[in-house]
Amino acid sequence: MESLTFRHTTKTPLAGSKPQAITGVVASGNLEILLERVLPPDTCEVAIETPVSGYGQVWEAVVADFVARAQPGGLRISINDGGARPDTVSLRLLQGARLMEA
Amino acid sequence: MADWRGERKARDARIEAGRAHAQGKVVPAGEATALLDAVLKPGDRVCLEGDNQKQADCLARALSQCDPARVHGLHMVQSGIVLPEHLDVFETGIAERLDYSYSGPQGARVAKMLYGGQIKLGAVHTYLELFARYFIDLTPHVALIAGVSADREGNLYTGPNTEDTPTIVEATHFKNGVVIAQVNEIVDKVPRVDIPGDRIDFVVEADTPFFVEPLFTRDPAAMTETQILIAMMAIKGIYAEYGVRRLNHGIGFGTAAIELLLPTYGEKLGLKGEIATHFALNPHPTLIPAIESGWVRQVHCFGSEVGMDRYIRERPDVFFTGADGSLRSNRALCQTAGLYACDMFIGATLQIDLMGHSSTVTQSRVAGFGGAPNMGSDPHGRRHPSDPWMKAGREGQVVGDPALMRGRKLVVQMVETFGEKLVPTFVERLDALELAKKIGLELAPVMIYADDVTHIVTEEGIANLLLCRDADDREQAIRGVAGYTEVGRGRDRAKVEELRARGIIRRPEDLGIEPLDADRSLLAARSIKDLVHWSGGLYEPPARFRNW
Repeated sequence: MESLTFRHTTKTPLAGSKPQAITGVVASGNLEILLERVLPPDTCEVAIETPVSGYGQVWEAVVADFVARAQPGGLRISINDGGARPDTVSLRLLQGARLMEA
Repeated sequence: MADWRGERKARDARIEAGRAHAQGKVVPAGEATALLDAVLKPGDRVCLEGDNQKQADCLARALSQCDPARVHGLHMVQSGIVLPEHLDVFETGIAERLDYSYSGPQGARVAKMLYGGQIKLGAVHTYLELFARYFIDLTPHVALIAGVSADREGNLYTGPNTEDTPTIVEATHFKNGVVIAQVNEIVDKVPRVDIPGDRIDFVVEADTPFFVEPLFTRDPAAMTETQILIAMMAIKGIYAEYGVRRLNHGIGFGTAAIELLLPTYGEKLGLKGEIATHFALNPHPTLIPAIESGWVRQVHCFGSEVGMDRYIRERPDVFFTGADGSLRSNRALCQTAGLYACDMFIGATLQIDLMGHSSTVTQSRVAGFGGAPNMGSDPHGRRHPSDPWMKAGREGQVVGDPALMRGRKLVVQMVETFGEKLVPTFVERLDALELAKKIGLELAPVMIYADDVTHIVTEEGIANLLLCRDADDREQAIRGVAGYTEVGRGRDRAKVEELRARGIIRRPEDLGIEPLDADRSLLAARSIKDLVHWSGGLYEPPARFRNW
C-alpha cells in the first residue's frame, strides 16, 4: 500500500456549496472517491491510497491536469484507488467535481 | 520412365491400409489411433484441424496416442494451436516441425517449446497466408478435420462452424492427400452437404461432440465508461467522418461497445443507414440490438458463435444460411471479404510503439496472428472506389499526380492507454523484438505494421496518422493520445497543440463529446440477459455467461 498526497493552489474556488459527495464503487476496479469542502477556497488536496506502488509520477500528472481543468478550490479529495487505471481516476475526479457543483 | 502417378498410388496405399480399421468409410472412435498409425508416414505434412473456435479434438487425442516409433517427425500445418494435444505431439516426437497461425491459449507453452528447441518452427502466419501455402508448398498429405455429422458415404455437414474445413479439404483431397473427418454422429441423411462425400476418405464417429470455444461473447455488464467514451469518439470521429458502411470489427470490448451504441448514441446522431451496414464479422451477440433495430443489413461470418444458432436461423435476410436454415461460415472467404470488400478494420492491440507498429506478443507469449493482419492492412490489389476509401486516400497522399491517387483502407487501433494491472499500451520498443531475438525468429512478430495504421483512438483522443507528414508529426501524434503512460508524458506539449490545430489530434471536446456523458445507460444492452431479450429469446448464451 502506498500513500500519496498532492496539494495545489487554485485560481478560483469550486462553484456550488455541496459539502460532501462520494462517487464510484470500491473493489470493482472502479475506485471510490470522497470529496469534502473543508479547505480554504484557494486550496485543493488530493490523498491517494493505492495498492500498486511506483506510479507516483502518473498520479501527480493526473491530479495536476484535474486541478488545472476543474479548479477545485476548497476540496479535500480522498481516493481509494483499488488498482484503477489513470483514465478511470481522471474520469471519477471530474464526475466528483460535477457532483459538488450541483 | 517417369511415374506421374506416384502420389496417387501412395494415397491409394494409405487408404488401403486404413480400410482394415473401417467399415466402408466409418471408423469407431476406439479405432482412431490404429487408423492414424496405419495411414500416417514419418515426416508427413499433417493438418490437424484446429480452428479459431472448432477443434478436431477426438482426432487430436488419437494422434497424441500414436506410436512414436511408427509415426514421427510430422510437419504440422494448421491454423490454430489451441488444445494441449496440439503441443503434446511435439514432446513425444510424433511431430517435429510447425507452421501455424494462431495460438491464443497455448501462447506461453509455444514460446517455451520454441525456446527449448522442441518445435522446429517454419513461420507464424496470418490465416490467408497459411491457407494460400496449403496450395503451394505446404499441401497436407493427411488432413484431420471436424464436422457435425456425416452419412456412410462421407457426405459431411460441418454445421454453422464451417470455418477452415472447405479450404483444408480442397488442398488435401485434390492433391493426392487423405482426408479423415471426425463427426458427432453418423446419420442416414445430412441436413446439408457442406463437403461432398467423395472428398472424405474416412469418418470417425467421435466419443464426444467436438469442442467449440465461445470466443466472441463480450458481457455488456463488464463494459467500462472509458470503453464507452472511446466508442463514442470512434463513432463520431471515424465512422461518421468517413461514412464507413462496410467494415470488420475486432473481438475486444471497445468494438463491442460500439455495437451496443449504434442503436442509442448512433441513432441520436442520425447515422442509421449511413454507417455500419455491412460486416465481415462473426455473429457477435453484442450485434443483436443493432440488427434488431435495423442498422445492420448483412453479415458474412468466419465461423459461428456458441448460442447464436437459433437466432441466426431466424434472420436469413442478414446472415448467410444454407437450405437447412443454419449458418454457413467460411474463414478463408470471410478473411478475403474483410481484406478486399471492407473499407475499415477497427480493433484493439496490446502494444503500440512510437511509429504505430503494434503487437499482441509479450515477453513470454507467442499468441500468433490469426486474421487481424489480413483485415488490418491496406490491400494494394484493390481497384474499386468507395467514399471512405477515396477520402482516406486523399488524406494520405503527400506527393504525386492526384489523377493517379489510389484509396486507402482505414485501419484503426482502438486502445485504452493502460491495460490490465496498469501495463502501458504505448511503449518505446515492442516486446515482440526482444522475444524474436530470444527464440531466434527471423521476422519480428508485428501484428499490424505502422504503415498500414491510419488512426489510433484512446480515451484521450483520436490521432489521424494519414495527415502526418513526417516522423516527428507521427511520433508526437501518438504521444499526444498516449495518456499518462511514460510515452504520453514524454510528449512535446507545444507540438501536440500544433497537431491539434491541424486536426491530426482530436480531443473529445473537439468532437463535441463530453467525457462525463460516457455512461453505461447509453448501452443498448447492459447485460447478457438484455441481449437475450433483444433477440426475443432466440439467443441462448452458454452457461458461463448466465447469472440468472
